[in-house]
Amino acid sequence: MHPLLFSVVDNIRSLGWGGAFQLLRNGLVLGSLYALIALGYTMIYGILKLLNFAHGDVYMVGAFLGYGILTRLNGPLNLAIGIVPAIALMFAVAMAGSGVLGVAIERFAYRPLRNAPRIAPLITAIGVSFFLENSVQLLTNGFQYTYDPFELGKTGNEELGPLYHTVFSVAGNPVTTVQLLVVGSALFLMTALVLLVSRTRFGKSMRATAYDREAASMMGIDTDRVIAMTFFIASMLAGAAGVMFGLYLGVTYYFMGFLAGLKAFTAAVIGGIGSIPGAMLGGLIIGLVESFAIGYVGGQWSDIVIFGLFILFMLFRPRGLLGSRAIQKV
Amino acid sequence: MSDQSNTPVPDPPDAEAQTRIGVDSWVAESEDRQARKRGFFGPAARGWDASPDPVKLFLFIAVAGTIPFWMNEGDLFVYGLFTVLYATLGLGLNVVVGFAGLLDLGYVAYFGIGAYGYALVSSDHYGIHWPTLASLPAVMVFTGLIGLGLGLTSRRLVGDYFAIVTLFFLQAFLVFTNTANPVIHGIGLTGGSSGIGNLDPLEFFGYSLTSVKQQYYFFLLVLVLATAGLYFANRSRTGRAWRALREDPLAAEVMSIPVNRLKRLAIVMGAALAGLCGAIFAAIQTAVTSSNFTLNVLIFIFAVVILGGIGSIAGPILGAIVINVSFQFLQPQNDHPSIKRWLFYGAIVLFIALMKPWYRAVVVLVGTVAFGLAVHAIVSATAAASWTAGTVTDAGSGSAGKAIADWVVIPNQTLHGGFATYAYIGLVVLVCVVRSVTGWWRTVVLIPTLYMAAVVWENVLAPNPAVTAEILFGVLLIVIMTVRPQGLIGTARVEII
Repeated sequence: MHPLLFSVVDNIRSLGWGGAFQLLRNGLVLGSLYALIALGYTMIYGILKLLNFAHGDVYMVGAFLGYGILTRLNGPLNLAIGIVPAIALMFAVAMAGSGVLGVAIERFAYRPLRNAPRIAPLITAIGVSFFLENSVQLLTNGFQYTYDPFELGKTGNEELGPLYHTVFSVAGNPVTTVQLLVVGSALFLMTALVLLVSRTRFGKSMRATAYDREAASMMGIDTDRVIAMTFFIASMLAGAAGVMFGLYLGVTYYFMGFLAGLKAFTAAVIGGIGSIPGAMLGGLIIGLVESFAIGYVGGQWSDIVIFGLFILFMLFRPRGLLGSRAIQKV
Repeated sequence: MSDQSNTPVPDPPDAEAQTRIGVDSWVAESEDRQARKRGFFGPAARGWDASPDPVKLFLFIAVAGTIPFWMNEGDLFVYGLFTVLYATLGLGLNVVVGFAGLLDLGYVAYFGIGAYGYALVSSDHYGIHWPTLASLPAVMVFTGLIGLGLGLTSRRLVGDYFAIVTLFFLQAFLVFTNTANPVIHGIGLTGGSSGIGNLDPLEFFGYSLTSVKQQYYFFLLVLVLATAGLYFANRSRTGRAWRALREDPLAAEVMSIPVNRLKRLAIVMGAALAGLCGAIFAAIQTAVTSSNFTLNVLIFIFAVVILGGIGSIAGPILGAIVINVSFQFLQPQNDHPSIKRWLFYGAIVLFIALMKPWYRAVVVLVGTVAFGLAVHAIVSATAAASWTAGTVTDAGSGSAGKAIADWVVIPNQTLHGGFATYAYIGLVVLVCVVRSVTGWWRTVVLIPTLYMAAVVWENVLAPNPAVTAEILFGVLLIVIMTVRPQGLIGTARVEII
């Protein structure tokens, strides 16, 4: 047997059920983050048929906005206000800021090319991604900004801040507040999004625009506004994911958007692009695959496992798990 | 909708640039085209248009061939050799994207596979030293086969799906070479992040190409052969079939064109050319590391093809000249700080001078200078002295530096570190405002925007030339796509399905 396969079996044996639970827990947290970013990809692809390369960088900007608010409030150590309002403020600013950024990207980089060949907005998307990434590199001097979320909101001489308190344990494996926070707020945002899309008037016009833009505009829907709102919501979700990533891992850096964006897009495609439940399912799958690949195969192989599985998956089911079969029009 | 009815609908900013319905744009623009060819350079331009394609190629060879006679070795390496490299890579990508209309984002992986392939058969890494005449074709065949494997996915995946699969292929390649590094015969296959060094130089019939001049001429030969080959391929039956498939794959299939085979052929041809480039590049660098094949290189090659014009043969060559020369010029190691500054201010003045009507240009020019002087006077009168205490980076001459420091607000970097961030974000916001207002409002907003551009340049961009080059590159992609989606000389409307 190949040594790599041998070590996989070995890892599964040595980690046991407790290790498997840890990997499952990490995978769920990671998967919720990917699902939030993937929702943005799937919404924008659904409405514009555009692969928005800049979306991962919007997520990165969101993480930096959250970090900026945290340092303005005197960092994780001596918070000026309580921990709950501080985290709420981080989410609010990052989501609003990323949302505005998304609308600006749509307005100045994609809208002028609404009727151009489809490769043109794709190239501007790459340009926007390049611009955002390097602008943040310029303004942050290219450093990795680490802050210690373990210290966040610590009172007295506790070992860890309230975010890292154990809520409950499964077979001796702790589940902490921040992990519940990430999964819980991701679930909350997704529920809100599903309700918005399926129950409101705006959601109806969004679905109509995604189905047929021309026909929707003939029915009196202001499609430009619907598209701008879609970008706002999609970028808002990415900004929230950025803050969650910062709270969970305590680090932000200017190139964090690329790989996360790529994996989130994988999630969107695996779920079936354009399908909102598909993006959530795909995000969870990618998160779990990544987590188990890191645990059982090794960190340096996890990306190759994801990309290899994805290419195989695309060969056998290109429309994704929950996607509908596209009908080619002549 | 009701709030829209009482406000007049403004014209989109590029209303006149859009194709009008019922008007053949080629006929409509023919007068513009004729008018452009008059003037001082008119006869030369008309002669260039009228000359047959082989003559154009010979003129290009004649000009490119004389470059080593007046350029020193270092400049020839970055300006000459790299331009030829990117032009050849651009030609290969043009086969896939321009001819066949497949958005292949894994193209750089073939380039990397070619380089690593050459490194494995021509170095002490495994102690294998094949002759160049054997290793170059072997590398081309190998990358072609890899391309064929990936091309098999193009049967079921169209458009963005193919793009994303190929992008993942590139990412998997990077991870494979950089961190995975599987051990074979006791040695890491790809050398990990340090790569493989001490490669053999290219050697033909006992002559090894070691000087930059020899390598330049060899690469130029490869470029010319590739250009000629693609020229004939484009005019052949296969080339016509590619264009048909690019314009409408379904219609092409109905016309009994073997769509899948032609797609694979285009991918294999592009991959083999990229592999050849990779092998030559590895031999010239005498080392390979995975940092040479990142996404940035991919975007660079895409920019070359797009700027020149997708689907045209001369396009990638022109694009490579423009993009590589300007990009290398902005790099910090090729130091010309004072020239860069005058290029920046020259570009601003040129931008103002091209405004119509002329009095608007005068208003903007005078307004910007006056605005700057006023802001500087107000800041030095009201704020602390440290707000104007910064120094001009690489001023070139003392008087120029003083003139700039008297006009642009340059605070002391250590005391007011946050200023740069706010100025930069302010500039981006102002540019967005300029894009969204029209008429005299645009003129009015343009004045602080131009001044802010100068402030940002002096405070943020000039001290960080490496990142500046990348930022300008991203902006260039956006601007070109918005202003002229077909590129400099491209005419084909390439639709990625």
